[in-house]
Amino acid sequence: MDLTGKKVVLHDMSLRDGMHAKRHQISLDQMVTIATALDEAGMPLIEVTHGDGLSGASVNYGFPAHTDREYLEAVVPKMKQARVSALLLPGIATVDDLKMVYDIGVRTIRIATHCTEADVAEQHIGLASQMDGMDVVGFLMMAHMIPAEQLLEQAKLMESYGANCIYVTDSAGAMLPDEVSEKIGLFRRELKPETEVGFHGHHNLGMSIANSLAAIEAGAIRIDGSVAGLGAGAGNTPLEVFVAVLDRMGVDHGTDLWKLMDIAEDLIVPMMDQPIRIDRDSLVLGYAGVYSSFLLHAKRAAEKYGLRSSDILVRLGEMKTVGGQEDMIEDVALDMVKEREAAGASA
Amino acid sequence: MSEKIRAAIIGSGNIGTDLLYKMKRSELIEPVWMVGIDPESDGLARAAQMGLKTTHEGVDGLVPHIEEDDIRIAFDATSAYVHAENARKVNEKGVLMIDLTPAAIGPYCIPPVNLQQLAGQQVMNVNMVTCGGQATVPMVYAVSRVQPVAYGEIVATVSSRSAGPGTRKNIDEFTRTTSGAVEKLGGAKKGKAIIIINPAEPPLIMRDTIHCLTEDEPDQDAIRQSVLDMVAEVQKYVPGYTLKNGPVFDGNRVSMFMEVEGLGDYLPKYAGNLDIMTAAALRTAEMFAEEMRAGRFVPQPAA
Repeated sequence: MDLTGKKVVLHDMSLRDGMHAKRHQISLDQMVTIATALDEAGMPLIEVTHGDGLSGASVNYGFPAHTDREYLEAVVPKMKQARVSALLLPGIATVDDLKMVYDIGVRTIRIATHCTEADVAEQHIGLASQMDGMDVVGFLMMAHMIPAEQLLEQAKLMESYGANCIYVTDSAGAMLPDEVSEKIGLFRRELKPETEVGFHGHHNLGMSIANSLAAIEAGAIRIDGSVAGLGAGAGNTPLEVFVAVLDRMGVDHGTDLWKLMDIAEDLIVPMMDQPIRIDRDSLVLGYAGVYSSFLLHAKRAAEKYGLRSSDILVRLGEMKTVGGQEDMIEDVALDMVKEREAAGASA
Repeated sequence: MSEKIRAAIIGSGNIGTDLLYKMKRSELIEPVWMVGIDPESDGLARAAQMGLKTTHEGVDGLVPHIEEDDIRIAFDATSAYVHAENARKVNEKGVLMIDLTPAAIGPYCIPPVNLQQLAGQQVMNVNMVTCGGQATVPMVYAVSRVQPVAYGEIVATVSSRSAGPGTRKNIDEFTRTTSGAVEKLGGAKKGKAIIIINPAEPPLIMRDTIHCLTEDEPDQDAIRQSVLDMVAEVQKYVPGYTLKNGPVFDGNRVSMFMEVEGLGDYLPKYAGNLDIMTAAALRTAEMFAEEMRAGRFVPQPAA
C-alpha cells in the first residue's frame, strides 16, 4: 500500500467516545488538560460531548459528571489551533443544542444517524449548514449493516441537506478492510468532489488501524481515533499508534507523534477505569456487529442479574438493535432471567 | 339514537388512513371527508372506495364544504409545520380540531390521564402529544399518582417502516412535545424523551421504556398495582399495550418496559406507535362527540 504524500485530518475521540469508557465521568480538569495537550500536539479536531452526543445525559445512557455546556465552555476558549467538535444524534438532541454549541464557539458539528435513517437529520444538517463558518459532518453509524450502494443513498441525502463531509462509521468495530475500501471508495467516486469523506473505527476485531489505512487509500481525508484508544468497546483507532504508522508510510497528518505518546502514557492510561482491550465482550461486539457503547451497560446488567454479558450482547446482535437502544439491555437481561427460571422449573 | 357526529380527516398518510379504518367502526363518529395533497395517495383512494368525499387540495379543499356537510370535528394527521394553519381554518368554521401532529397548540390529551378533565372545558383544539407520549405518559402518571417523581425519562423505539416522512421531519418536535407531556401530564418535575428508529426486518413491534426517579424511596407494592391498573386502562382502547418487563426497582429508579402491538387496521401490527395515536385520538373525539350530542359542548367559531 502506497500512501506517500497523502494528507489526512485526524479527529480525536478520547473526550467524546472516551466518555463511554469512563461512564461519562471525565472531570472538567481532565477535559481541559487533555484537550490542551492535544492542541499542543497539533491535533486539528477534538470532539467534546457526552458519549451519546449532546443531551445524552439520561438514565438510559448515563448521567455525566458535567453538562455539555460546562465541558465545552471549559475547553473551547483554551484551544490555540484545534477546532472543537460536538456530536448530535437527532432523536436525542435537538436544534436547540446545535444553537447552544454554536454560541459557545463550536464550529464543527457532527450529526449522526443510524446508517439507514439519514432523513431524520434534515432539520439539523440544514440549520447547521446555514450557520456562518460551521463545518457540517454527516455521520452514518453502524455502517456495516447495509451494502455500499444503500449506504451511498443515505450519504447523498446528508450531502443534499448541506453536509460538507460524510463518514462511514464503524460503530460496532465489525468492518474488515475490503469493506471499508468498497464503501469509502464508492463515496469518493459518487459524492461531490468537494464533499470530504471520513472513517470512524473501533478496535473490536483488531482492525481499526488496517481499516483506517484502507479508508485513506480509498479516498478518506478525515480519520477518527482516540489517544490510547479511549473509547467504547475495545476503543477507537489508537491515535499514537496510527500516527506512528502514518509517519512510517509518509502520510501528512500534521501531529506530533512523541507528544501523542506522552498524552497516551501520562494522561489517558492513568485515568482509565479498566484496560481498553479486546476482551471477550468487545470481541463479541465486533464479531456479532453490536453497538460498541453497549459494552459497559451489558457488563452491569450481567452482574446485576447473574448472566454472561457476552450472551446478552449476542442476543442484542440477533435482534438487530441499533445505536441508542441501550434500554434493550436490561429488558433482554430480564427476558433471559425469565427463560432461565422457566428452564429451571421444567428441569 | 341520535345521529353520529360528522368528521373530516386531514392527512391521507399512514395515520390518517389508519384513523379512517377505526372511525368506520365508531358508533359516535362518522368520517365524511378525507383531505390529502397528493391525488395519487393510497389513503385518498381507500377513503373514496369507502364512500368518503375526498380532496387533494389540502384543507382549502375541505373548508367550503364544512357547513353543508355539517362537519363538527376535524382530525389533523399532517405535520407540525402546517398544523397551525389547518387549525385556524377549521376553527373559524366552528369545527373542533383533534391534533395528531406534535404541534401542540392546544392542551395535551392522554385519555386515561386527563380526558375526563378536558371534557368539561370548552377547548377547540386538543393535542394528542406523540405516539411515544401516548405509550409512556400513562406509565409516568401511574408512578407519580403514588408518589412524587423528580425525573421521568422515556425511550420510544419504532420500526423504520412505521416512521413516516412527517415523523422524520418532526423529530425535534417529537422530543420536545413528548418531554413536555411527561412533565405536564405525567407529573414528572423534569421530563426527557428519546426516540430511536430501527430498520430491522421483520420490523420490530413498538417498544417503550419508561424510567422514573422518585423523590423518596419507591413504595413498590403501590407502584406495581398502579402500573398494572393503568396498563388495563390503556388496553381498553389499545389491546396490544403490554408490560413486557418491570416495574424494576433499583434505588429510586422505577423502570417499565412496554411493547405496543397495533390492531393491524391499515398498517401491520408492528406499527403500534401509529395505532396508539389513532386509537387515542378517536377515543378523545368520541368523548367530545358524546358531549356535543348531549348539548353540553357546543364548539364556537374561533375569531
